[in-house]
Amino acid sequence: MNPPHQALLEYFEKAAHLTEDERAALIKALKEADRALTIAEFKLDRTEKVKRTTAILLEETIEELEQKRAAIEQTNAALSKSLEDLKAAQAQLIHAEKMASLGELTAGIAHEIQNPLNFVNNFSEVSRELLEEMIEELDAGNPEEVKEIAGDVSSNLEKILHHGKRADGIVKGMLMHSRSNKGEKEVTDINDLVEEYLRLAYHGSRAKDKSFNVKLETHYDDAIEKLEVVPQDIGRVILNLITNAFYTVHERKKSNGADFQPAVAISTRKFTDHITIAVTDNGNGIPQQVLDKIFQPFFTTKPAGEGTGLGLSLSYDIVKAHDGRLEVETEENAYTIFKIILPN
Amino acid sequence: MKILVVDDEKDVKDLFLQRFRKEIRREEFHFLFAFSGEEALEKLDAMEQDSILILSDINMPGMNGLELLEEIKKNYRTPPPVMMMVTAYGDEENYNTAKRLGADDFLTKPLDFKLLKDKLINIK
Repeated sequence: MNPPHQALLEYFEKAAHLTEDERAALIKALKEADRALTIAEFKLDRTEKVKRTTAILLEETIEELEQKRAAIEQTNAALSKSLEDLKAAQAQLIHAEKMASLGELTAGIAHEIQNPLNFVNNFSEVSRELLEEMIEELDAGNPEEVKEIAGDVSSNLEKILHHGKRADGIVKGMLMHSRSNKGEKEVTDINDLVEEYLRLAYHGSRAKDKSFNVKLETHYDDAIEKLEVVPQDIGRVILNLITNAFYTVHERKKSNGADFQPAVAISTRKFTDHITIAVTDNGNGIPQQVLDKIFQPFFTTKPAGEGTGLGLSLSYDIVKAHDGRLEVETEENAYTIFKIILPN
Repeated sequence: MKILVVDDEKDVKDLFLQRFRKEIRREEFHFLFAFSGEEALEKLDAMEQDSILILSDINMPGMNGLELLEEIKKNYRTPPPVMMMVTAYGDEENYNTAKRLGADDFLTKPLDFKLLKDKLINIK
């Protein structure tokens, strides 16, 4: 019993003025009060203990949370760094893919530049000779001949200009193709773009493997109006689809022998709200289990070192960035059609 | 003499017609043009047994110059027409293949028309 209660108890027991009933009642009440006080004290003590424990736990939890926050911050920093590294790696890969396809083009480009340059040289030389002849004809008094020669020289100058521009366009195209920054959209003649990259792909493939040959068919829809596209990007898609087509027909020719006639057809077509650029080959076709993966990055069926596995994946992204679609239709050992669909 | 020039570059025709303007007028040479190997074969089929020289580029879509050369030397009339092949500068591989397939003479690009004229006169 607590000391004041004990003193009261002793007082009640000794107090002479209390009747026995009153003493008993007072002592009982005092004992009950003391028990209640003991219980309250116990509860208070327990609450205090819980409070202290909770405070300790809270402190620990706060510390733990702080540690976790620091860890998360560290992880975040590491993730950001990884993301940056990944982006840099991706940019490098895209650049490597561009360079790889540019490498494929080199021979084609050399051929494509050499031809117009030859024409520039030849038509310049022949024009000089024609002018000498013109003087002879003037001296001989043959105005009709002079007129005819003048006409030829004039047409030659146009040809020189045309072929000069042709070589210029090829060099510009090559530079644009290798540029690593994002290209701007330009109003572009799709048929000309397809033809330009077809020639580069053809001569590139020929230069890489002399035994390569293919029956080429082209159908260009003249109704196609000029479109706003990033020409070097769409050019890369066209180049990728054509070189893939050349690769597969060449592979089939190697395995099927002389009876097989490799053929690749390139066509453009205008519809009401879109245009299509289709590349059809009579190569090996794409098996169903491979078809699901062809647009995945790094997926390739070519032997190691021959393909980056990024061509179709990048092509898919480029066409998507133009709000278009890249579709494929194929039958094993029969044909494959890749179709670029661009909004009109 | 008839000379069949085979090249997929269409401007080659104007170039030849101008370079050999005087010879054509004097009817020393008669030029014909085909823009693919296939077209060259069609033109040959339509010709009579004229003495003919074929001057062919190698790099052409479809039937290329080497295939045309092989076809003519193997399956064409006897004796087959004289075949002069035009190769790109430094293209040893095509040169050797053409030689193996029976090419009679070679010219390298860009064409030296003076040299070609001398060769044509000699063959004639």
